[in-house]
Amino acid sequence: MSYIVDRRLNGKNKSTVNRQRFLKRYKKHIKKAVSDAVTRRSITDLESGEHVTIPKEDISEPVFHHGSGGKRSIIHPGNKEFIKGDKVPRPPSGGGGAGEGQASDSGEGIDDFVFQITQDEFLEFLFEDLELPNLVKRKLAGIESFKFIRAGIVNEGTPNRINIVRSMRSATGRRIALSAASKRRMRGLEVERDEILALEVDNRDQERLKEINLEIDKILNRIKKIPFIDTYDLRYNNYIKFPQPTSQAVMFCLMDVSGSMNQVMKDMAKRFFILLYLFLKRNYKKIDVVFIRHHTSAKEVDEQEFFYSRETGGTIVSSALKLMKEVIDDRYPASEWNIYAAQASDGDNWNDDSPTCGKILEEDILPYTQFFSYIEINPRRHQALWKEYEAVLANFPETFAMQQISDAGEIYPVFRELFQRKQA
Amino acid sequence: MKREPISETSDWTFELIQEYDLEIADIAKSFRLDTYPNQIEIISAEQMMDAYSSVGMPVGYNHWSYGKHFVSVAQDYQRGQMGLAYEIVINSDPCIAYLMEENTMAMQVLVIAHACYGHNSFFKGNYLFKTWTDASSIIDYLVFAKNYITKCEEKYGVDEVESLLDSCHALMNYGVDRYKRPYPISAGEEKQRQKEREEYLQAQVNELWRTIPQLSGSAANESEFRFPQEPQENLLYFAEKNAPLLEPWQREIIRIVRKIAQYFYPQRQTQVMNEGWATFWHYTILNELYDRGKVTDGFMLELLISHSNVIYQPPFDSPHYSGINPYALGFKMMCDIRRICEDPTEEDKEWFPDIAGSDWLDTLHFAMQNFKDESFILQFLSPHLIREFKLFSVLDDDSKKELEITEIHDEVGYKRIRELISMQYNLSMNEPNIQVHNVDIRGDRSITLRHVQHNDRPLGDTTQEVIKHLHRLWKFDVHLESMRDDVVVRKFTCPEEKAEDAKAKDAALAKAS
Repeated sequence: MSYIVDRRLNGKNKSTVNRQRFLKRYKKHIKKAVSDAVTRRSITDLESGEHVTIPKEDISEPVFHHGSGGKRSIIHPGNKEFIKGDKVPRPPSGGGGAGEGQASDSGEGIDDFVFQITQDEFLEFLFEDLELPNLVKRKLAGIESFKFIRAGIVNEGTPNRINIVRSMRSATGRRIALSAASKRRMRGLEVERDEILALEVDNRDQERLKEINLEIDKILNRIKKIPFIDTYDLRYNNYIKFPQPTSQAVMFCLMDVSGSMNQVMKDMAKRFFILLYLFLKRNYKKIDVVFIRHHTSAKEVDEQEFFYSRETGGTIVSSALKLMKEVIDDRYPASEWNIYAAQASDGDNWNDDSPTCGKILEEDILPYTQFFSYIEINPRRHQALWKEYEAVLANFPETFAMQQISDAGEIYPVFRELFQRKQA
Repeated sequence: MKREPISETSDWTFELIQEYDLEIADIAKSFRLDTYPNQIEIISAEQMMDAYSSVGMPVGYNHWSYGKHFVSVAQDYQRGQMGLAYEIVINSDPCIAYLMEENTMAMQVLVIAHACYGHNSFFKGNYLFKTWTDASSIIDYLVFAKNYITKCEEKYGVDEVESLLDSCHALMNYGVDRYKRPYPISAGEEKQRQKEREEYLQAQVNELWRTIPQLSGSAANESEFRFPQEPQENLLYFAEKNAPLLEPWQREIIRIVRKIAQYFYPQRQTQVMNEGWATFWHYTILNELYDRGKVTDGFMLELLISHSNVIYQPPFDSPHYSGINPYALGFKMMCDIRRICEDPTEEDKEWFPDIAGSDWLDTLHFAMQNFKDESFILQFLSPHLIREFKLFSVLDDDSKKELEITEIHDEVGYKRIRELISMQYNLSMNEPNIQVHNVDIRGDRSITLRHVQHNDRPLGDTTQEVIKHLHRLWKFDVHLESMRDDVVVRKFTCPEEKAEDAKAKDAALAKAS
């Protein structure tokens, strides 16, 4: 007789821990695959999972085994034309086919180990150890910023917060207190009764005995009437609201879409901002993102338009900075918000405009922002804007950063560098 | 005869499984299959993958290599490159068999016959399993091992434990006693003993490595004193008992890996027999079911298709060829033994005078109980089968330019082919013969292993890596000498810098001479 057990409802993720350990061990390979993928993929497809390839020698578990060489005889099935003493040329090692000589004892093939990581794991590896720099908790506001913490025991509350141990304890105490006097009296009566019962039957005071028994019954009844638990025994856990300082942050994405930016450069800029956007979406629940694009004039747009529209024109960089300033004044007061900005441009600007940019940055923007990063997408030599910004960098080394990107492969490393978590 | 099939559709239910199982148990009994009680567990495909990746252990400790295995199994399965096995069966008492819920009714029946009565009776009857594994305590031991290793991870850190396990796994095949029989104990005893061992072991190791100088009178003996006195084949056991600097918990973990290696050792030695036996019995039992009218024609047809896929042997020049299929060889040999008993030819009478014409069931049980792959093939592979498989032997000698066909399936070749194929299943031929040769206990505490080459076959390219793992356990220099005809032909050393020094020394010596 066999036992038949339905195990289907048992947990099926028994291997999760082992899988995690495996991923941890081959982090280096996975990270490389992730950063390659960011460069290789199309803009719309940055978020999906990824194949990770690990070279076989890195992943094998070594054991003692025979190498090739020496003499060995192998039996094969399916002889068709061979007769004893035939000589056949040695097949190339690793190849199957006729008279296969090696490979059978090494078991596995010689392919690299390839596996898939999920989208979630992909993003996790992509943004590991990155954070927004200089984030401070500024404002006490908003419903979400309260936390409930325990604050002792109270007599009133809702049933879901009953503290059973405390309630039972006070019930027991009350019962003891209320019955103590009666029990004391009863013990006295019992002693008296026992004394009477100890006498010979004839000498007993039957009258008194009856009285005592009646009295004892009465007392017992009274004790029985004491309720086991009463409403004023109930105790409740107390929680109080505790205000939590929250951090509110806003990210300004400023992108140059002027005619001097060719399609490749625009793609790179978009790639950078998509990375930034994914990073913010994943790591910060509450963050506002403001998209600003500019050529000769700047315009605040939504996500869709920012990434996919194809408008173009001349270049006046300061227009974007001015607009950013306006938006800050309008909606994101620096006293309440952490303000971040990332600007991407090819560095090409209307000549008279660059000093204006520097001035707006230094006077109107940088004093109020936590971090401002400038990405110049430009394989050629720098122009006026870069020089202007270098001067800004000298004045604000903490909150301003600039980097140059000349091909798509540099986007992810530069991104990492900008947002690398600083050791505290 | 009127057919009264138990079921007619391909959907299974627990009641139907129960009913089929009763019927199969009855048939199995009539063939004298003696089994542990069965515990049949229905699981999903995901759970099957989990079972797969923990190499069939129902409870396993955590290690990245199982994760790697799981990742590749899951990958292949999801891409449809690989079907999962229909069952996994565990040598335990009660015998646990996993059935996948995706299987049809017919497949479940096949699996029950194959695993719960075939493999199960093999586990209970074969002498290797009887002497070397203890089915009743294995689950307890695995639970103990898992908990112990988890505790070590909490105490000493995951990375520390992981690297130790890496080293143990690298030497796992050299962690078995081939001749001594391990004594089975229960989980409670195991825990108790583990405590005692911890203290005792350390004391013993200290004794061995004592540095207090000995009396001068013993100086004469010293040069003759060897440790170990005899070469030791169980490298893990040797490290566990004698490595100078291991902590008690590290010794315990080595022991756990060693024990598990020992538990799986019989399975590695009886692959052909075990699968052959199980396949033979599912085939026989299912035919009996059919003869009793319990299953429909469609049911039988489905099973026969699956059965013939399992026992298909592609020829050597097929792109699907990957060595001899143990199911095919095992199944055909079991059938062949029955044939020789029931209907022997002149040739059989000449080759197998002792079994030709005997009771087939007796003979088959005898063969199952008393052999392992190597001896089973050497004893029972008949000329008839050699012809059927068209076996031939190829000699690969690296000193010659071409491969040579040495024997084919003809009168002169039968004996030699049978010998050679039997040797192919001899584990000690497949694994390099490496033993502990000497430990320099009075000097630098280095350990020297010796590899004795067989047929001039050298060590593979991962040898240096494995030596590193042994070095992690031993913590002093490790040498490995590869011997051909009593001459050292190659030396491996860890740490390697020293090896380079040695090379320089050799070169200097060569120049001087």
